[in-house]
Amino acid sequence: MAHAPEQDPATSDLGEERPKWDNKAQYFLSCIGFAVGLGNIWRFPYLCQTYGGGAFLIPYVIALVFEGIPIFHVELAIGQRLRKGSVGVWTAISPYLSGVGLSSVTLSLLISLYYNAIVAWVLWYLLNSFQHPLPWSSCPPDLNRTGFVEECQGSSAVSYFWYRQTLNITADINDSGSIQWWLLLCLAASWAVVYMCVIRGIETTGKVIYFTALFPYLVLTIFVIRGLTLPGATKGLIYLFTPNMHILQNPQVWLDAATQIFFSLSLAFGGHIAFASYNSPRNDCQKDAVVIALVNSMTSLYASIAVFSVLGFKATNDYGHCLDRNILSLINEFDFPEQSISRDDYLAVLMHLNATWPKRVAQLPLKVCRLEDFLDKSASGPGLAFILFTEAVLHMPGAPAWAVLFFGMLFTLGLSTMFGSMEAVITPMLDVGVLPRWVPKEALTGLVCLACFLFATCFTLQSGNYWLEIFDNVAASLNLLILAFLEVVGVAYVYGMKRFCDDIAWMTGRRPSPYWRLTWRVVSPLLLLTIFVAYITLLSQKPLSYRAWNPKYELFPTRQEKLYPGWVLAACALLSLLPLLWVPGVALAQLLTRQRRTWRDRDACLDTDTSSRQEWD
Amino acid sequence: MLWLLFFLVTAIHAELCQPGAANAFKVRLSIRTALGDKAYAWDTNEEYLFKAMVAFSMRKVPNREATEISHVLLCNVTQRVSFWFVVTDPSKNHTLPAVEVQTAIRMNKNRINGAFFLNDQTLEFLKIPSTLAPPMDPSVPIWIIIFGVIFCIVIVAITLLILSGIRQRRRKNKEPSEVDDAEDKCENMNTIENGIPCDPLDMKGGHMNDAFMTEDERLTPL
Repeated sequence: MAHAPEQDPATSDLGEERPKWDNKAQYFLSCIGFAVGLGNIWRFPYLCQTYGGGAFLIPYVIALVFEGIPIFHVELAIGQRLRKGSVGVWTAISPYLSGVGLSSVTLSLLISLYYNAIVAWVLWYLLNSFQHPLPWSSCPPDLNRTGFVEECQGSSAVSYFWYRQTLNITADINDSGSIQWWLLLCLAASWAVVYMCVIRGIETTGKVIYFTALFPYLVLTIFVIRGLTLPGATKGLIYLFTPNMHILQNPQVWLDAATQIFFSLSLAFGGHIAFASYNSPRNDCQKDAVVIALVNSMTSLYASIAVFSVLGFKATNDYGHCLDRNILSLINEFDFPEQSISRDDYLAVLMHLNATWPKRVAQLPLKVCRLEDFLDKSASGPGLAFILFTEAVLHMPGAPAWAVLFFGMLFTLGLSTMFGSMEAVITPMLDVGVLPRWVPKEALTGLVCLACFLFATCFTLQSGNYWLEIFDNVAASLNLLILAFLEVVGVAYVYGMKRFCDDIAWMTGRRPSPYWRLTWRVVSPLLLLTIFVAYITLLSQKPLSYRAWNPKYELFPTRQEKLYPGWVLAACALLSLLPLLWVPGVALAQLLTRQRRTWRDRDACLDTDTSSRQEWD
Repeated sequence: MLWLLFFLVTAIHAELCQPGAANAFKVRLSIRTALGDKAYAWDTNEEYLFKAMVAFSMRKVPNREATEISHVLLCNVTQRVSFWFVVTDPSKNHTLPAVEVQTAIRMNKNRINGAFFLNDQTLEFLKIPSTLAPPMDPSVPIWIIIFGVIFCIVIVAITLLILSGIRQRRRKNKEPSEVDDAEDKCENMNTIENGIPCDPLDMKGGHMNDAFMTEDERLTPL
């Protein structure tokens, strides 16, 4: 039987009862909301499509079973058992490992900074969706009003709205530009909303989470129904899910599947530990872990159905327009009556005309239209949401309503993930007692939100998007992998597998099966180590570069590939290393204090010895 | 003789209006694209209307108020519905400069579009760029209005939450001191009542009488 903790877990040092969830549903929805985020919408469908459709599910499920669920279970179990945030939990496991908790807090802070900047962009688009016609539907006219703005004409109205009217992006990361006031307002509003929801910790997030966690599912269902009824949706879905087994030979696929499942579940943030710490100790965390992880993956699949039916519709639409433009060129050149060539007849007519008047046909600007080319044009990340999807929505009848629904869904998805990140920061702060006891919780959360908002204003600069990509690629990935590795190893070997299994048996009523013990001991650490090594190798193979939006580039609208300047690379190195310095730093500090204490004790013993010897003499 | 004159006139007209002639413009209409089922057929009556609209536009130009419908010549009408036109001067020997025609058409493009139920994309004057409509900029962009509404709601909610939190904390701080006061009062009352110190009497719950208990133990169990 597990030994009871020295202190009554229901009360903290301060004698105040630890807050707890109103009911199990709140806890469930909070974890699901934290795990299900923007990545489920705009990263998973892209990976699925790039890596051979249905075939991608194989490495994905393997990674889920051997990496995602075990680590997730560990986080929920230690949070629930030790009833503290990440810092407290790791200090309880071993004082040398409390650096892991501090690193988690630092990382959650850094990630919240740029994640809420993305939410601010989503909010900007949401606010702009309440008008008809949508502002990204047409290019603005130029000064003479004889044509459209050149940058818009060269790319497209949606790209122009994103890069120019939203970000007002510079052509180079060195050129920071000025703060864009509209983005600053949206950022302030996002942080105000986050503050409103986390102001009293889980007391307030628990109420809001019913809406923010469930609304995305409602919107996804609406989009699935609408998407499947759009023409061309089935082509998109078939293209997405057609398995291409050969792609599994590429190691990059396995790496991306493992990293996707890892980031999708939001592991190593400390957010799940914080949420679980507010649970009653006797809660079946094993079932919770499996169910929440499965719900997260199912959501990814569901979202990809919605996304790809809409993108299939868009591709079919674009393909039709491509054909129509060619047909119009032919009709105008040869003065045929309007609408005399249908899309099906186009190729036959073209061949006939090419045979009879090859010279006239040759000088026409005819493009080759292939549906596969349009289906291939997918993107991940903000490109999917702010460029591809916004354009697809334009062609749907009742476009503003669909835009409002889509961006509302993205906003709530981002919000619920922000709750988890904020709790990952605030719960340890409350446990450790960063501010004196008389300072109310509202003030602590307010200070944290204000500080984050002030730091995040750098993302509202004109080069903000480039910095956000750096944060996204560098600050998050490697550090979280290392932290998760330390988590699993720390619990399996430092805390002790026997002790951990006893704890779980006490909480859930049954001992973990050999599957759990094997994954915790061997499989997950090995898998994480492999991913880490592969990541580092791939990173070192090519120099770090970014793609800039430069209207003066010859190949505009293709983005220009530029290398990061030296000072940016130094900042990248800092971002990736500093959060992890807590781990060796704290371990070293603990070692030194212990050594000093043993020296002091030894000196004290020697003094008493000498004094007692003096007495003898 | 009359026939000769007629041929001469049409010959001159044919020379003035030719595809690619000086001061000639090509026009292209896409009636079926614009109107779908309600498309009208392009016949000589429509051509007459077109000539009238061009003449109307030219009459708005200073020094050209005398332009008549007969001064506008159409030629090469195709099934696409596209044709060329020129505007001649009153002597019908020369065509008016392209710049004047261009300015006139640009100024009245909306009227011409309206006459045919078309727009700038479906009624094209090649070589005459149309003036795009100015962007519809409301004085206050819509997004700011919605932003203001949402932000105000959020600020009000935050204020309410903070105030209710302060009130809760004040109530919690008052409660223990209130409970303490009540207990003191109770004790005071106990000691004051009857003048007998009541401390030994435990007012809460039962209290075992030691004497009674020892009595019980004396009885031997069965």
